[in-house]
Amino acid sequence: MGSFGMIIGTWLAGFLTFAILSFLYKDNPFYKLAEHLYVGVSAGYWLIYVAFFDVEPMLVRGFLDETGIEKWILLVPAALGVIMLSRWFPKTAWLSRWPIAFTVGVGAGLGITANIQGYVVPQIQATLLPITGLNMDSLDSLILVVGVVTTILYFYFSKPHKGILGGAAKVGIVFIMISFGASFGYTLMARLSLLIGRLYFILSDLLHII
Amino acid sequence: MVAPMTDRTARRFGLVVAIALGVLIVTDGDAFAQADAGADVDAGVDAGLHARALADSGRFGESDLPVACGVAVSDVPDDAGGQLRVTWGVLAERVKSDAITGYEILRYGPGESPEPVGDALATDSEYTDTTAEDGVPYQYVVRTRTPFGSTDSEPCEPAIARAQWFARGRLSTLIVVLLFCAALAYFIRKAKGGGDLFVRKIPGLEAVDDAVGRATEMGRPVLFVPGIETVSEVGTLAALTILGHVAKRVARHGTPLDVPCADPIVMTTAQEIVKQAYAEVGRPEEYDPMRVAYLTYDQFGYTAGVDGMMLRDRPEAVFLIGTFYAESLILAETGHSIGAIQIAGTKETSQLPFFVAACDYTLIGEEIFAASSYLSREPVMLGSLKGQDLAKLGIVCVILFAFVVGTAGALIRPDGTSVLTRIFEFVSAWFN
Repeated sequence: MGSFGMIIGTWLAGFLTFAILSFLYKDNPFYKLAEHLYVGVSAGYWLIYVAFFDVEPMLVRGFLDETGIEKWILLVPAALGVIMLSRWFPKTAWLSRWPIAFTVGVGAGLGITANIQGYVVPQIQATLLPITGLNMDSLDSLILVVGVVTTILYFYFSKPHKGILGGAAKVGIVFIMISFGASFGYTLMARLSLLIGRLYFILSDLLHII
Repeated sequence: MVAPMTDRTARRFGLVVAIALGVLIVTDGDAFAQADAGADVDAGVDAGLHARALADSGRFGESDLPVACGVAVSDVPDDAGGQLRVTWGVLAERVKSDAITGYEILRYGPGESPEPVGDALATDSEYTDTTAEDGVPYQYVVRTRTPFGSTDSEPCEPAIARAQWFARGRLSTLIVVLLFCAALAYFIRKAKGGGDLFVRKIPGLEAVDDAVGRATEMGRPVLFVPGIETVSEVGTLAALTILGHVAKRVARHGTPLDVPCADPIVMTTAQEIVKQAYAEVGRPEEYDPMRVAYLTYDQFGYTAGVDGMMLRDRPEAVFLIGTFYAESLILAETGHSIGAIQIAGTKETSQLPFFVAACDYTLIGEEIFAASSYLSREPVMLGSLKGQDLAKLGIVCVILFAFVVGTAGALIRPDGTSVLTRIFEFVSAWFN
C-alpha cells in the first residue's frame, strides 16, 4: 500500500512538474490547474504552519506554561492579533491600523541597529585599506576604496549628479554594473543546478532512465 | 524646548556617568581571576617536572595521569547573562600528557553534586557554559580523559553569571547609531520647519506616469507587486509608499489596479493605501478591495499566481517594487513576455541584475527609498533621506581619511612606526 501511494505520488509530482514547465510554451489548462493547486495548497499549508508552529507553541502553549511577566507579556501580541480582525467590521476597521503601526515601527527600529551593525560598520572597517607600495595588495585596496566611495556617491541624493559628483557617480555605476554581471552569472549557475535537480527527478524517479 | 542644564542636573548626570564607568570597570575584575589561573598553571608545570622524573625512573602510577590544573571560572563579559567561562591549564610535562583525548566539564551549585554540562577538545583550554542561571554561584571541575583513565581537577572558586548593561565591543556601533539618529532628527526637524530640502530626480520615476498613462490608453490594468516580504521589511515599506503614488495616478485615470500580496498584513496595509488614494482624488466609490488580494505566503506559489494574473489580465504596466528573491527573474520575464512596461526596484543586490536585464526601468537599492521620499514629500521621509546622505558623506570622509593617512604612513615609514600608521590603526581598530 505504501509503495502504491509512493508511485501515485511520484506520478502526480511528475505530472505537476510538466504542467508547470508547460508555461514555457504558453498559458494552458494544465498550467492553470497546477497554478491554482499550488496557490491553494500553499496558502492552506501556511495557515496550518502558522497555527501549529507559531500561534500554538509560542502563544497558547507559552501562555499556559510560562509564569510571571513572560506569561502576561503574551497578551500584547494576542491583543494585537485580535485587533487585526477588526477589519471585518467597517465601523471598527480603523483599529487594525494600530497593530500595523506597531509592526512597522518595530521593523524599522530593529532595522536601523541591525543594518548599521551588520552592514555599515563592517563595510567601513573592510574598506579602511592603505596603499603599502607597488604590489597587488595595494592595487586591490585602491580598487576597493575607489569602488566603495564612488558607489556611495552614486546614492547621494542631495545634489544633482554634475561636476565632480557626477563623474564619481558615473564611475560608481560602472562598479555597480560589473558587480551585477558577476552576480548574474553566479546566480544563473545556481539556477541551473536547480533545473538539473528537477530533470534528475523526471529521468530517475519518474522514468527510471538513469 | 530643551531646558538648560542646571548644576543639579549636571551633578546627577555626572553621577550616572560615574556609576556606568564603575560597572564597566567592575566587569574587568574577571581578568584578575584569569591571572590567578595562570599562576596555578605554573605551579602545575613544576609538579609535572617531578612527574617526568618519576616516569624516567620507570616508577609511575594512576596518580601520574595528566590532570587539569588552575581551573578558574569567570562571568563572560559583555553578554546578556547566563554564561560562565571556565579556563584551565594542564600539566604538560606530566606522564602521558600527550594522550589526553578530551575534557569533560562538571558543574555544581550550592548543595549539589557535580554534573556534566559539556565537553571540550584535547586542544582546548577553555569552555563557555551557556546554561548557567544568573545569580547562582557555580563551581566547576574539569575531568581530563585519557585512554588510561580520567582525572578530576580541584574544584574552582565559585563564580556568578550576570548580564551587563553594555557590550563594549559594540561601542563603535552605538556611536554611529547615535550620530546617524542625530542627523535624522536634525533634518526631520528642518523639513517640518518648512526648510527647502533638495532631492535630485530619480531615474525611472518619470516613467511611472508614462506607464499609467499608456495602460489607460490601452484600456488595460496596472499590476503592482509589492514583493514577498512582511510589512516590517523596509523594502516593503518603500514599495507601499510608491504604491500610494501609483494608486493616485491610477485612480485619477480610472484605470484598474491589481495588487497581489504574499503577506496578510501587507495586504491590509495596501488596501488602506489604495483606498486612501481613491478617496484623495475624489473617487472613493471606484475602490475595489477585491483587487488588493492575498495569494499565498509560499514563495513560488505566489510567483505562479502572479504569473497567471499577468498572462490572463495582460496588464500594460507592471511594477515589481519591494523585496524579491529567487522569483524576481520569473516575474520579470513573464512581464516582458506580455509586452508590459516594467518598472522594478529592490534593495536585494542579488536580484537587481535580473531586474536590470528584464525590465524597462530599475530603481537600484536605496533609490526605492529615495523615490518614496521624493514622491511623498513627507517631511519625515525627506528628513530621513537627507540625514542618510549626511551619514554617507561622513562614511566617505572616514574612508578617504584612513586611506590617505594609512598610505602616507606606509610610504614614509614602511616598517609601520610612523605616527600616521598608528592613527590609521587606531581608526581601523575602532571600527573593528
